[in-house]
Amino acid sequence: MNLSLKQAGDVAGTKLVDLSTSSVRELNAALHALAADTNETFWKVAHPNGRHAIAAGLDAAIDIEIDGPVGYYCAGMNKRGRVIVNGNAGVGVGENMMSGFIHVKGDASQSAGATAHGGLLVIDGNASARCGISMKGIDIVVKGSVGHLSAFMGQAGTLTVLGDAGEALGDSLYEAKLFVRGSVAGLGADCIEKEMRDEHKALLASKLEAAGILGEVDIGEFRRYGSARTLYHFHVDNVSSY
Amino acid sequence: MTDHSNTPRTTPRASATFDEYTLSEIRRAAATGIYDIRGAGAKRKLPHFDDLLFLGASMSRYPLEGYREKCSTEVLLGTRFAKKPIELKIPITIAGMSFGSLSANAKEALGRGASAMGTSTTTGDGGMTNEERGHSTQLVYQYLPSRYGMNPDDLKRADAIEVVVGQGAKPGGGGMLLGQKITERVAGMRTLPVGIDQRSACRHPDWTGPDDLEIKIEELREITDWEKPIYVKVGAARPYYDTALAVKSGADVVVVDGMQGGTAATQEIFIEHVGIPTLAAVRQAVKALQDLGMHRKVQLVVSGGIRNGADVAKALALGADAVAIGTAALVALGDNDPHWQGEYEKLGTHAGAYDDWHEGRDPAGITTQDPELMKRLDPVAAGRRLANYLAVLTLECQTIARACGKSHVHNLEPEDLVALTIEAAAMANVPLAGTNWIPGSNGTF
Repeated sequence: MNLSLKQAGDVAGTKLVDLSTSSVRELNAALHALAADTNETFWKVAHPNGRHAIAAGLDAAIDIEIDGPVGYYCAGMNKRGRVIVNGNAGVGVGENMMSGFIHVKGDASQSAGATAHGGLLVIDGNASARCGISMKGIDIVVKGSVGHLSAFMGQAGTLTVLGDAGEALGDSLYEAKLFVRGSVAGLGADCIEKEMRDEHKALLASKLEAAGILGEVDIGEFRRYGSARTLYHFHVDNVSSY
Repeated sequence: MTDHSNTPRTTPRASATFDEYTLSEIRRAAATGIYDIRGAGAKRKLPHFDDLLFLGASMSRYPLEGYREKCSTEVLLGTRFAKKPIELKIPITIAGMSFGSLSANAKEALGRGASAMGTSTTTGDGGMTNEERGHSTQLVYQYLPSRYGMNPDDLKRADAIEVVVGQGAKPGGGGMLLGQKITERVAGMRTLPVGIDQRSACRHPDWTGPDDLEIKIEELREITDWEKPIYVKVGAARPYYDTALAVKSGADVVVVDGMQGGTAATQEIFIEHVGIPTLAAVRQAVKALQDLGMHRKVQLVVSGGIRNGADVAKALALGADAVAIGTAALVALGDNDPHWQGEYEKLGTHAGAYDDWHEGRDPAGITTQDPELMKRLDPVAAGRRLANYLAVLTLECQTIARACGKSHVHNLEPEDLVALTIEAAAMANVPLAGTNWIPGSNGTF
């Protein structure tokens, strides 16, 4: 690998990359060049300083720990990678993720997990507007609250919110499943509260377990929201919703 | 009582305002309570390339010999930042059309025809199919608000990426695909329930405005290691500013789609009343590039109503680097062919007017997901027809370029053109034929 990556050094098998001396391009190029059987499976990134597209396009079963805040699209389109952000995340963290795991230990900005097809996104703090917008199979667990229009047009996957949800939750929802423990400021078009049956409690429990917080919250406190499916077909009676 | 039987009567007069079509639409709306949805682009008469003429060579300009003196047609797209620009042999590409709106056979045929002529084809709002990738030597992967089927593997196996901000048929509108066409395969690719009326978002889910788009493009470049050209496609509405902002956002290529550009499905009222004609958009887009010193550095692709080699030549003369065709490509495949006249009549229309592409009952097997109808389109034969058509467009464009003394189609220039109407002269910024008058030539639009 012919790269000029300026690493802080290898410590106990961990690759250290300092973004105060290396560029995001150099980091991502190194990550993209990893062989399928790489033994460089633990990476630490220092001084991210809010830079964009850190670890975007990752396609490797490796662990990356980022020490500090990240900008837009951190770990965008992630496949298989396990990415931990020790700080806040900008717009679109984990956007279009296919698989793997992203853990934001601070707050996340807008459109966290947007359009993502798979994997697990855990946000310890709050997530801003449009969390899980157009989600296509990802599981998102937000320990704080989410902003307005979260899960807008959510197609598949789960959004679990331990705090509150803003206005227009699940607007124009397809088949994504939403669980909220706190208050909901308002439901979007075609999003309704649904009965929380045993299979839904089991599903929620599995997501909480994956996020490492099963038993820390009472599943009985959550309410389930889903699509009323009344907008699935154009009809004159729904004209006020179009 | 007066006998009026011999009094002459005036001829019954239909209203020009409430014409036959308008009356039928009022009745249809009253009966259904829902707006009319259809495919294709604007059908109204618009100022267009027909309103321009080439001057040709004369005493002061030497023509090139047809068949003997070379007139090159190759185009490089994406030379600004991409490590691997797209190399087209002809200045005509195939516009984005989705699998879902089109049958798999139609997508295959588009790939076959385009590849035979050394040009690219483009995915649409439904992801990339293996048929399409397999039969397209150069494939542009659209990045749309819905992100249906979007995944990094397809992103990496694409030859270019087109961020779609809008399209000419519906600037500001999202896609539609009605339930008849959401088969199991289409639904699977889009992660949607089978048979629903699908409504695509009109805004991207994770960026808003040109400052965000710049960061989004940076992400796409990072994911693809800065290899792929990145296009930004806009529907023609404010082409000067949209082009400038696309350049500012880091685009390699700007695609401007006029209101004659087709769609798989949207509201008739949207198609006919939002956006501006292709002719009106080209010069504004070119001027934006020139003002930024980026003309020919960021390439411009123009689409919407391109039908023949003259249209191609005129778009290039106005400053475009290439054109894209959609509706014309479908017609070349066999769409609206008189061969199916009997079946079009059963659908309440006729060959040449069929535009209910969203209903999935296309007798030609192109805008459908019906397995039996799809079989009617032989992708090999249809691909050959498209290749033939592209060859004719290219030859026609070269014929005009040679007549103007140009050894490359990109050497065509506005100076080669005049306009037949004041409107076209103003829009294209070329003189009215027989005069030196360019309306609005005081330097402003």
